[in-house]
Amino acid sequence: MLIDLISLAWSALAGHRLRTSLSVVGVAVGIGAVVALTALGEGARQYVIQEFTSIGSNLLSVLPGKTETTGAMPGIGGVPNDLTLEDLLALRRQIHSAQYIVPVSMGTETVSHGERRRQVAVVGSSPEFLEARELRLAQGQFLPTGDVERGAPVVVLGHITARELFPGEQPLGQVVRVGEWRMRVIGVLAEIGTQLGIKMDEVVIVPVATGMKMFNRSSLFRILVKVRSPKDLDSACEQVIAILTQRHDEEDVTCITQKAVIATFSSILQTLTLVLVAIGAISLTVAGIGVMNVMLVTVSERTEEIGLLRALGATHGQILSVFLLEAVMLAGLGGLVGLLLGLGGVHLLTWIYPAVPAAAPAWAIGAALGLAMMLGGIFGVLPARRAAKLDPIMALQRR
Amino acid sequence: MIALQHISKVYEVGGQPIYALRDLNENIGSGEYVAIVGPSGSGKSTLLNVIGCLLRPSEGAYFFNGEDVSQFDDQALSYVRQHQIGFIFQSFHLVPRLTALGNVALPMVFAGIPSSERQIRAKEALEAVGLSDRAHHRPNQLSVGQRQRVVIARAIIMQPLLLLADEPTGNLDTHSGQQIMELLESLNAKGLTMLVVTHDPKVARRANRVIVLADGQIVKRVKGEELTSGSAPFF
Repeated sequence: MLIDLISLAWSALAGHRLRTSLSVVGVAVGIGAVVALTALGEGARQYVIQEFTSIGSNLLSVLPGKTETTGAMPGIGGVPNDLTLEDLLALRRQIHSAQYIVPVSMGTETVSHGERRRQVAVVGSSPEFLEARELRLAQGQFLPTGDVERGAPVVVLGHITARELFPGEQPLGQVVRVGEWRMRVIGVLAEIGTQLGIKMDEVVIVPVATGMKMFNRSSLFRILVKVRSPKDLDSACEQVIAILTQRHDEEDVTCITQKAVIATFSSILQTLTLVLVAIGAISLTVAGIGVMNVMLVTVSERTEEIGLLRALGATHGQILSVFLLEAVMLAGLGGLVGLLLGLGGVHLLTWIYPAVPAAAPAWAIGAALGLAMMLGGIFGVLPARRAAKLDPIMALQRR
Repeated sequence: MIALQHISKVYEVGGQPIYALRDLNENIGSGEYVAIVGPSGSGKSTLLNVIGCLLRPSEGAYFFNGEDVSQFDDQALSYVRQHQIGFIFQSFHLVPRLTALGNVALPMVFAGIPSSERQIRAKEALEAVGLSDRAHHRPNQLSVGQRQRVVIARAIIMQPLLLLADEPTGNLDTHSGQQIMELLESLNAKGLTMLVVTHDPKVARRANRVIVLADGQIVKRVKGEELTSGSAPFF
């Protein structure tokens, strides 16, 4: 029975090629837009998550200032106590679930070698930084182990910094100037790319004490804690805050887990995706109204046929099904074409701009078809009801 | 088989009740061949629609095959139309995008008869009306006479008890009209009850019985052969 109704509906659609194709295009554009935009939003989300996990998911950051109490960015509003190297050492003594506890100081400075100079980000840290941030060395060695409070005049160069300061030269053992400081190059990082917006290939890394003296800072930029397993993250955070609260006599540090950051970004980007979907939904609504319009025309054109079918014994329900099915098939066809259109668009986009992360999630494919058929169903109800309600006699009298 | 008891059909036009049928009583037996004649607006079509279960009377009772179908709901009426009544229309009402075979099979689609059986039965029906070689032609590829044959095949495909024909020869030339009437009469000869609404005295005269309508009432009942071309005032 259903197959018969489908083939009846199909013969009607096939009988009006131009009209059917135009409606299909209308729906296809809407569905295509939803698929492509969803792919774009979802791609961006995946990209960010990947970016964050690339620097290690067991990481938590401790920064001076209490975001929750000031309600602003750390460091703005309120004068928090410094996050000092003594704090770092206290944490290292007391938190046993941590694999590494790494200090970070940051600043920008001019680094030069002979006539070549370059403005770079200077990161002050400890030897564990290498592993905590999952960096690799191209040559030489990383920061020397030993007392973090002693700042040796040594520097590790990022891949690009090394190449630009020492084109065709061996940088190891050479002396560079970082601001006013003369420092010996002991290592070069392997090419790594961008981590969290910091171009790791363009930095220079110095011992943390050197960095703090260089920038005349008494506080660390942050302390990174790498725990052994993700389930230790929350308890490590609590411990850090407890220890530092005791040391500072007030709770003035913020502890951010990678998980929380990812969750935040993820939810922001999910919202973005939803907004994109909403834009697509608008075009779908327009397409739906198009379907409704075509179906209304179809019904009024086929009044005679409807009357005939009623005379031949088709019930209200059967007439309703025929026209509803026709609308659903029309929209479903549009959904199929739109899906191909959307996937093709995504493909084209990633081909032209390989950097743009875009991939249609699997659920979007099913959802696109489902959505299209639902669209047909919703916008087909009115015309189908109109068809079913037609008085068979009036319908037959039209000649 | 058909018993009409005090049947009235009233339409409201501009707040005024218009009687299309007025207190009409008639019995038609199984296997009869009856013609309904009368001037335009006399209620012929309304009567045919009531008998064909397309229209519920405003008043009165209509017994079809022993059941009071004037009380039936849409579903039940659809069932009666589907299984017990075959319709033949002046303007054919064939679905233009379906072949002759597809049009003949259409009533079986809504009756839920499986496709394979539909094919066989539709072919048989087309053969019975002498159109087996035109099965895969669309209506616009057929002559009007052939179209009416397709309509007849479609009307008898569900093996109804009653055949209702509304001006069956109205759109046909004399020759094919003659052939169509002969075809219909051969079906009547096999026991099918037949009701023909017509303007044409030549058609009406062929029936066993003629009912003459005027203003929604039966004004005269005559035998077909009693009708002469001279009785034209009724048409």
